[in-house]
Amino acid sequence: MPSNNLSTPGHFVADLSDTPIAAIDTIDESEKARSSWSDAWDSMRVRPMFWIATALILVILLVSLFPGLFSHTAPNSGCLLPNGNGGPEAGHPFGFTRQGCDIYSRVIFGTQASVTVGLLATLLVTLFGAIVGALAGYYGGAFDALVSRFGDIFFAIPTILGAIVLMSVLPDRTSITVALVLAIFAWPQIARIMRGAVIAARSSDYVMASTALGVSKLQILVRHVVPNAIAPVIVVATTSLGTFIVAEATLSFLGIGLPPSVMSWGNDISQARTSIQTAPMVLFYPAAALSITVLSFLMLGDVVRDALDPQARARR
Amino acid sequence: MWGYVGRRLLQLIPVFFGATFLIYFMVFSLPGDPIAALFGERPPPEAVIQTIREQYHLNDPFIVQYFYYVGGILTGDLGTTYSGRPVSDLLVQAFPITFRLAMLALAFEAIAGILLGLIAGLRKGKFFDGSALVVSLLLISVPTFVLGFILQYVFAIQLGWFRTTVSAGAPLGDLVLPALVLASVSFAYIVRLTRASVSDNLGADFVRTATAKGLSRRRVVSVHILRNSLIPVVTFLGVDVGALMVGAIVTEGIFNINGVGGTVYQAVTRGEGPTVVSFVAVMVIIYMLANLLVDLLYAALDPRIRLAK
Repeated sequence: MPSNNLSTPGHFVADLSDTPIAAIDTIDESEKARSSWSDAWDSMRVRPMFWIATALILVILLVSLFPGLFSHTAPNSGCLLPNGNGGPEAGHPFGFTRQGCDIYSRVIFGTQASVTVGLLATLLVTLFGAIVGALAGYYGGAFDALVSRFGDIFFAIPTILGAIVLMSVLPDRTSITVALVLAIFAWPQIARIMRGAVIAARSSDYVMASTALGVSKLQILVRHVVPNAIAPVIVVATTSLGTFIVAEATLSFLGIGLPPSVMSWGNDISQARTSIQTAPMVLFYPAAALSITVLSFLMLGDVVRDALDPQARARR
Repeated sequence: MWGYVGRRLLQLIPVFFGATFLIYFMVFSLPGDPIAALFGERPPPEAVIQTIREQYHLNDPFIVQYFYYVGGILTGDLGTTYSGRPVSDLLVQAFPITFRLAMLALAFEAIAGILLGLIAGLRKGKFFDGSALVVSLLLISVPTFVLGFILQYVFAIQLGWFRTTVSAGAPLGDLVLPALVLASVSFAYIVRLTRASVSDNLGADFVRTATAKGLSRRRVVSVHILRNSLIPVVTFLGVDVGALMVGAIVTEGIFNINGVGGTVYQAVTRGEGPTVVSFVAVMVIIYMLANLLVDLLYAALDPRIRLAK
């Protein structure tokens, strides 16, 4: 008969120090609780891509706020036709456009229009989309149904297609109207994301705890639900800033973005088209400036997503 | 499944009326007299104005005008261009060309994008993965029209491998370069999407099971990983139809293709508002139908979607 160790009296119980429970005792309770935001910050700041993107964005913002600091040549003064499509020379590192204007100063002064459109459109879309989405998701009911169906209508029209229709009939076109038009068609995306995140967050234990403590509904939404639901919105907003800049350039290329009198990368690129064979550099510089700007916001968006999304963090 | 199809079709109806009303409202409620715009500097005689107002139902209330317009869309009457050609004629002529271009672009971005995304996802963190990520970011950040200029200059003008502009009938061979330009941004998104999805699925239980029961690596990758990773990519294709249409406006403008996009491009640059509106309305309808199709495809691929709720 084989020996049977099941017959051993009692059963084995591990020593407390060998169990995972022991780990709980090592937690220092006097230490301040870490928020998911500081976790995100820690995971972002060790990545070189975060610092490269941030540095680029800071430089771009500085250039768009104070273009005069970076270029001593006024962009439209001293355009001499004999210089047309000329190569680089002293004081004019990027050469000249077809009209003989200094490309470097045009690139510098064109920053403002693109960045204004990008920032303004993102700000409008994020504020409006997040507020509407949060209210719809939190209160639900008829308001939610109304907002969701209304958003579906705007969602059915691709942003740039809608912008083409609206811009081609608008009487005056400025950075502000372009941003507004882009925002009109882009807000449902943010609203949908926010609504979903709020619905996920509103049934959490901490919301129930606050309700039990007698905190008002609106205060729960503002203090507890929104901070826990805003992460995906931030990620999408960062990335869409870049796509708004591309959208503005596309509209300008079609001739219905900013008017030609406004200096912008989009306008310069579409004008450079005529001289691509003789002077490709006229096209290259504004296009490169635009792409670097878009790239910086895309890179930042990537890093922020990795940092805020716990799944992505675990994957990396 | 059929219940799901019916529900989605019903949901489409209010969206269709909402979207067309929105476009109509935007264009025709704006300040400015459309008839004055038609005639320029010298005002036409009163009788002519009245005839035109009657013809275009401008004396009716706004909402009635809108229903005339929707009725027109549904019966294929899309109005006429400034030169007097029916817009529907133009559309019938232009549509097959754009369809060919879009299919070529779609084939390119789907095949190359999924292949590169799969390789990158399987070799996560390696050199290939890193360079695929960098290249895809670059492609997304360069606007389509810039890439179009550059490729047209390098491959058509400098190297002479392709024709600079597409010839009248738009044969498939001429469309290769424009299709590459059109596909570029979506290609980059598909690479990134497939890569993320593949590397997620690598650690999934069903992959471990498949490996544990002794399937070859090749079969695990092609059947178990790839098929499950394609679900988000299919969803993306629906959104992508919208991107392709916008891209077609730019690409067909650059390569001088007489498709839907090229017609919109020319109408926009000439300031022909009504033609733009008619075409965009049709594009929005196509976009909605494409999204419906993708939703149904998605539901067929993933039973969790249609059984939910």
